[in-house]
Amino acid sequence: MVLLEARGLEAQYGWTKVLHGIDFAVEEGGITTILGANGAGKTTTLRAVCGMVRTAGEIRFAGQRINGRATEDLVRLGIGHAPEGRGTFVNLTVEENLRLGAYARGGGRSVAQDLERVYGYFPMLAQRKKQPGGTLSGGEQQMLAVARALMLRPRLLLLDEPSLGLALVVREIFRIVRTINRDERVSVLLVEQNASVALGLAQHAYLMETGRVVMSGPAAELRQNDAIRRAYLGY
Amino acid sequence: MEIFFQQVVSGLATGGIYGSVALALVMIYQATDVVNYAQGEMAMFSTYLAWTLLNAGVPYWWAFFGTLVISFVGGVLIERVVIRPVENKPILTIVIVCIGLLVILNSVAGWIYSYIQKPFPSPFPPRPIMLGTVVFGAHDLGAIGVTLVVLAFLYAFFRFTTLGLAMRAAAQNPVSSRLCGIRVGWMLAIGWGLAAMVGAVAGMMVAPIVFLDPNMMAGILIYAFASATLGGFTSPGGAVVGGLIVGVIENLVGTYVHFIGTELKLTVALAMILIVLVFKPSGLFGRAAVHRV
Repeated sequence: MVLLEARGLEAQYGWTKVLHGIDFAVEEGGITTILGANGAGKTTTLRAVCGMVRTAGEIRFAGQRINGRATEDLVRLGIGHAPEGRGTFVNLTVEENLRLGAYARGGGRSVAQDLERVYGYFPMLAQRKKQPGGTLSGGEQQMLAVARALMLRPRLLLLDEPSLGLALVVREIFRIVRTINRDERVSVLLVEQNASVALGLAQHAYLMETGRVVMSGPAAELRQNDAIRRAYLGY
Repeated sequence: MEIFFQQVVSGLATGGIYGSVALALVMIYQATDVVNYAQGEMAMFSTYLAWTLLNAGVPYWWAFFGTLVISFVGGVLIERVVIRPVENKPILTIVIVCIGLLVILNSVAGWIYSYIQKPFPSPFPPRPIMLGTVVFGAHDLGAIGVTLVVLAFLYAFFRFTTLGLAMRAAAQNPVSSRLCGIRVGWMLAIGWGLAAMVGAVAGMMVAPIVFLDPNMMAGILIYAFASATLGGFTSPGGAVVGGLIVGVIENLVGTYVHFIGTELKLTVALAMILIVLVFKPSGLFGRAAVHRV
């Protein structure tokens, strides 16, 4: 079953059009990746899904049309977003950052359970829970962003370039994303420049160039494609 | 020495009031980057509402809490109706809207209630309280107590409730807040409501001292600016401490520096603003604003 589907999706900042009618789909329970260089429109695609930029065309989530809905309402449908730049609340503690991730679900005892669950995935965050978010390193803030999105108990997790960081942290994050996808059946849309990591994780992949999807298919096939290998995998 | 203690305590009482208004200013400043010049007039208007309730025979504390509720709703409405349309406009636009609000509230209060000073009751007994050999005004001690209760309430609200956390988040990082499902616009409105409430408390505590009239908060707002500047516009706790310091200094200078007396007291506040801005613009407890360019 298709969880998220975009058809002829366009997006613009002011007068500048950034997405020129793209189509893509995310299977329920699957991991889908959108690859592309800087400026290809990957981040804008995620922002379009979350209603953070003006769009045209159609986006459907779990069967219903979601274009033009407010970001705050989309979160309540179960779309968790670990955004570009990590979105850390720098003056709030790590634990407060995480609690905010569960805000849309309402409070209650389940928040404490989810904190435990998320600390289980990221023990490092448990050690720093009283520390202001801004004191974490870049990679740690990346983990915090993923953990905050998980606090929502999302149906769909949007990840914006989690590979921007140290290799060690990146491997850790990708291992956890795989676990979450497998054990909790969370669907993932991963936007990446690092094609080799992303193609290793995803079942389905899209390649974007200057606001258009130029290639798509099963990740295994794209990995074998000569053009992709030369341009994005470097061997 | 007795005079010294009396002056310090009455300085703490008025200082608590300055601190409360400063806190209201800082709450709005942190959430919206705007200094709400109408804060004092909002407090004055709330105090007139309390006066109306009291005049209608409502018992003091019922009138007190009734005024807080009405002020909260009023603050929320002002944000939604007056501030919201200019939210994303340049700062100068918002400042001018705030000044317009100041003038309107002042004139409407004058039109309804006239500019004649009215006595406003204190909820505390009129006879002074003896502590050791020193005599204190009951209203001074009471006002300090009320201020402390308000501060404790606000601290607990922002520190321990989910709504308080969401409001801090919205002030700090609106984009990320939306991604957490926080309705940022409403958080700002609630912030205005709370600020109006804190201002109302300050108004009702200061009115028995200065009498009630539409211009009663003008001087106090300047002291509140001095307090917020001294404590740091980015620090709610600093604003309160700043208020207490300003209140005490104002009283001591008025008492012991003879050429200043009561007439030049306000000048002391302005001088403090100037000194802080020159030597430590971020205030005692504030953080220097860093903007990425």
